[in-house]
Amino acid sequence: MSRSGIASILALIALAFVPFMMGDFFINLSSQVLCYALFAVSLNLLVGYGGMTSLGHAAYFGIAAYGVTWLHTVAGWDQLTSAIGAVAVATLSAAFFGVLALRASGLSFLMITLALGQIVWGMAYRWVGLTQGDNGMRFPVRPEPFGISINSATSFYYFSLIVFAVSVYFIWRVVNSPFGASLRGARDQPRRMRMLGHDVWMIRWAAFVMSGFWAAIAGLLFVYYQKFVSPYAVSLQQSAEVLLMTILGGATTLTGPMVGAVIVTLVKNLASTYVERWNALLGLIFVLSVVFMPTGLVPGFQKLLSRKKKPSAPAEEAPPPAHGHGHAATPASEHAS
Amino acid sequence: MSTAALEITGLAKRFGGLVVTRDISMRVAPGERRLIIGPNGAGKTTLFNQITGDLRPDSGSIRLFGEELLKLRTKDRVAKGLARTYQILTLFPQDTLLHNVVLSLLGLRPERWDFWRMLKGRSDLFDLAQEALTQVGLGESGNRLVAETSYGERRRLELAMALAQKPKVLLLDEPLAGLSQDERNAVSTLLTTIPRDVTIVMIEHDMDVALAFAEQITVLHFGEVIVEGTRAEVVADPRTREIYLGE
Repeated sequence: MSRSGIASILALIALAFVPFMMGDFFINLSSQVLCYALFAVSLNLLVGYGGMTSLGHAAYFGIAAYGVTWLHTVAGWDQLTSAIGAVAVATLSAAFFGVLALRASGLSFLMITLALGQIVWGMAYRWVGLTQGDNGMRFPVRPEPFGISINSATSFYYFSLIVFAVSVYFIWRVVNSPFGASLRGARDQPRRMRMLGHDVWMIRWAAFVMSGFWAAIAGLLFVYYQKFVSPYAVSLQQSAEVLLMTILGGATTLTGPMVGAVIVTLVKNLASTYVERWNALLGLIFVLSVVFMPTGLVPGFQKLLSRKKKPSAPAEEAPPPAHGHGHAATPASEHAS
Repeated sequence: MSTAALEITGLAKRFGGLVVTRDISMRVAPGERRLIIGPNGAGKTTLFNQITGDLRPDSGSIRLFGEELLKLRTKDRVAKGLARTYQILTLFPQDTLLHNVVLSLLGLRPERWDFWRMLKGRSDLFDLAQEALTQVGLGESGNRLVAETSYGERRRLELAMALAQKPKVLLLDEPLAGLSQDERNAVSTLLTTIPRDVTIVMIEHDMDVALAFAEQITVLHFGEVIVEGTRAEVVADPRTREIYLGE
């Protein structure tokens, strides 16, 4: 088995022990981290592998969260059908929005995704009949997959961990598949890829749809955890935060966005109890990482490690996400002191 | 007359007031080696860009073995058997040479939509890529990164990527540009080994190599065909001298 395979399994085992080491507060926080990590990894299919920076990714996350809530509480569907329906609706909207956004690339692409995201936010906020507007919607009871209750902090954490691990495994397969290679090729040399017979537009669109699908799965985790969804789930703030996670951690790696999700979620939830201006702290971390590790923390530390070890043993795979916050502290404290 | 491998008729393209292609017509027979020469700005690369579909001409027609290309997208033209190398190298520098050729192989295969199997496990593709690299004399370098290779090796890689697709018509845009004399000789020998079922249209400035290679020559100047014919005819034609040497 490859080194990265072993590293992933060790990381997964470490993550499985989280509930034994922490209280409910931190277990819940970890569930939240897993949800955002999946969200960030899904966005990274676009940003890192596809070279398409989107500022509207919360749309699919939020559509799935609203969708499952509406289908379950208003339309009265059962849990499983609601979940499938919600993911289908979110993926279809990604398919449609992708057609619109992919008319452009670069900054124009970013602006179109931003605009589309804001349309979804506007609907969530203003279409009170459908979404109850600013009040948000309650999602009364978590589902019981295979009859198992996931109401306690620990059981919900394991539920999130399984969903997260399975999803990331699928995304990992995609990234390493022939399609993944074509996607990276289309990012680096679109014109050349066309001349090699590749359908660059279709490659990008397929990545866009897939990215929306996995964001929708993260959206389900989100609403199951919060048991509540409000326009915040589809806000620009949300889209920007997940983009920050992706870029901060390192957009060209699979583990980077996970590390980014750990840092951002921890700063948001922990630092905010001590410092009022946690947004500024997040900004500071981002600025420092952009200055000292412009490609993101994971590639940055990989480079540092391989430089220390000399060329004999280049660091092949990123550190497992479980150790992410340890790393997070380093650049900030190093340079701030 | 049999069907031409590449037949261009009445091709015209202008950017605003600048005419880059003025009514170009040419016919390249199957298996032919055609050289296109002309001073800088004669519209040689622009012509290639129109054949591949990077640029849309204002009028005219481009046929590949009798089939009209103009309505097709670049990728569909490639599927019909068109391949091209670039004057300015456009490779994937952070990937290995093998990976570059594999991307080229994937371009014509339905497996490029395979989301699930590991690319690394596709030893069939890597074997084919290895074959293409061996063909251009890079058999030992497959696992190196493009970024670590020399300019001459990259030129060969360009060729390997084009040849791996087993094209019917191959467009070579200055395949010898920027090479040392030794490398020039090596690459030109390589060009002579390409089988005759590949029709080759080449833009090149190195007259020694190019004249030895080509059977038919087209001289372009200001987007127009000035002279066309066999090597001897074109060299003897006073208009060729005029363009290259002035009055």
